[in-house]
Amino acid sequence: MTALLRTEGITKDYGGVRALNGATVAVEEGTVAGLIGPNGSGKTTLFNVITGYERPDAGEVWFGDRAITRLAPDKVFAAGIGRTFQLTRIFPRLTVTENMLIAAQARDRPGNLLAWFGRDAWSQHRRRALELLEFLGIERHAGLLAGSLSYGQRKLLELAYVLVADPAVILLDEPAGGVNPTLVNLIADRIRLLNAQQGKTFLIVEHNMEFVMGLCSTVTVLESGAAVVSGPADVVRTDKRVLDAYLGADPDEEAAPDEGNAPGREEGR
Amino acid sequence: MTTKNGGSAAKGGALLLVVVIAVLFPQVFPNPAVTNYGVLTLIFVTCATAWNIFSGNTGYISLGQAVFYGSGAYAMGIAARDWHLEGTAVFALLPLSAAVGALTAVPFGLIALRVRRHTFIVITIAVFFIFQLMAFNFWFTGGSSGLDSPFLSWPAASYNTPFYYIALACAAGSVLIAWLVRRSRFGLQLRAIRDDEDRARGLGVRAMRVKLSAFAISGAVTAMIGAVWFYYINQVEPQTGFDPLFDLTLVLMAFLGGYGSVSGPVLGALIIEPLSLWMNTQPAFSGSLSEVFLGAIFLLVVLFMPRGIIPTGGELITKIRTRGRPAVVPATTTGPASAPPSAPFSSGPPVSSGGAR
Repeated sequence: MTALLRTEGITKDYGGVRALNGATVAVEEGTVAGLIGPNGSGKTTLFNVITGYERPDAGEVWFGDRAITRLAPDKVFAAGIGRTFQLTRIFPRLTVTENMLIAAQARDRPGNLLAWFGRDAWSQHRRRALELLEFLGIERHAGLLAGSLSYGQRKLLELAYVLVADPAVILLDEPAGGVNPTLVNLIADRIRLLNAQQGKTFLIVEHNMEFVMGLCSTVTVLESGAAVVSGPADVVRTDKRVLDAYLGADPDEEAAPDEGNAPGREEGR
Repeated sequence: MTTKNGGSAAKGGALLLVVVIAVLFPQVFPNPAVTNYGVLTLIFVTCATAWNIFSGNTGYISLGQAVFYGSGAYAMGIAARDWHLEGTAVFALLPLSAAVGALTAVPFGLIALRVRRHTFIVITIAVFFIFQLMAFNFWFTGGSSGLDSPFLSWPAASYNTPFYYIALACAAGSVLIAWLVRRSRFGLQLRAIRDDEDRARGLGVRAMRVKLSAFAISGAVTAMIGAVWFYYINQVEPQTGFDPLFDLTLVLMAFLGGYGSVSGPVLGALIIEPLSLWMNTQPAFSGSLSEVFLGAIFLLVVLFMPRGIIPTGGELITKIRTRGRPAVVPATTTGPASAPPSAPFSSGPPVSSGGAR
């Protein structure tokens, strides 16, 4: 079995702090994989390494049989890996539709110069953008400035514009963080649909254990920058090391909200 | 829909009016003292628009546009001198000046565009001073006395008029480019970079290439109008070609009119340049008092109208028109009518109105 996305022994130091210490994670094609671990265990750093925002000090990232370790973020995206950010990042002074159109050009680079200044070639992208907004239930806001959306709607928009370019793998950094339970269910449902109907592969970082266990077929646990456990969700759930990492580290987690952006919604325990 | 059509018709009418006034201006006011105002104002309309194509769209505030302006002027001066060109043939050098501006922008941008915000501004100022020093010290730039332009044997009474139309053509071309960029996917990428460059890169925007292209377009336009300015005032010196106040003036024009919009910098230039020229003729503003006054305007704009006349005025009009009802439909989530296919939900998520902004 070969994994679609695989990191091998990724190590990353920030000054004297070792954020990743030989992290090896594999995601099979067509699965929804979870990546969990206490705050500061290196989950977001690993995402940054995979998507080209950080260069690892050691290790390789494989996408299929292609090494993408030192590609820039735009090249990684063009290769077929999309991501969302923990602190949701949209383009506040562009409209929702314009937000959607940015990603469209990664797939469709016009050959002639005039097309860069023309507008007509966009109609198909506009149609697709609207379909995706409908899919996520925010099509009514297509003409609004993205900065006027609520936090939950921004989360949906960020997921929608990553989908525009039709990436093979989608990395989601805390898709359920800081949003209400109804929206959490909606997001989980859409991920399931994309996985079942289009065979999209997901790698999800999330603290909401109910969300992870309900959605992911395999779960990898990261601790102190290394993958300590990996396997089917229900096996990982009862692993002693996982219980230690999570339940044991709980007081620290409450005291150090450095990674979280919204009031912590730790639930499902 | 009717308001939208009415709005675009009003816009089209206003544009037509501006064009007619601009074309007839030297016919109605043939006095050289008046056409001089026209020529210099149009030169600044071009420069402020060129500044806006790069800085207004990307949010990278360049204070090094004088690098292009001076380079364009010097390129024309040096080429005309060495190739012994005279009279109207010198105007054939305008594309050369534009090319020099674009070529200068490439190494300049490759260095400066690696950094953002304040560091970018500081580097553009540093590059600007390097160019001024080069103009002082190179063997081919004429040192501190600079270069004189070739002689034009046009009669003094109508000397300014051809320059007026050349500057008008440059200004119109510059505004056209700004408008095309604004509505294109290229412009969308620039504005995405302005909002969040790293996120844009993560969506496949090749940021360096896009920024550099905009910088080169801006540089080419600025260098070309710099050459027109040089031939118009007949000389260039290091302090006038590479003038530190030049960039501050452009930024003031763009901020006053409306930074980022196509019409904003045009309006800013139409206000500031005639005002500045008029103050220079008044004994009351002798010395550097006119610059103090412009600086005070800059402070007031930044403090009280940071987005400029065009966006602020536009909001005001919307407010007056929609008095009594909400101007913008509040961003609420989808109603129960729109259930996506094969989704088990009959209604969208009720997102609380107190969501993070």
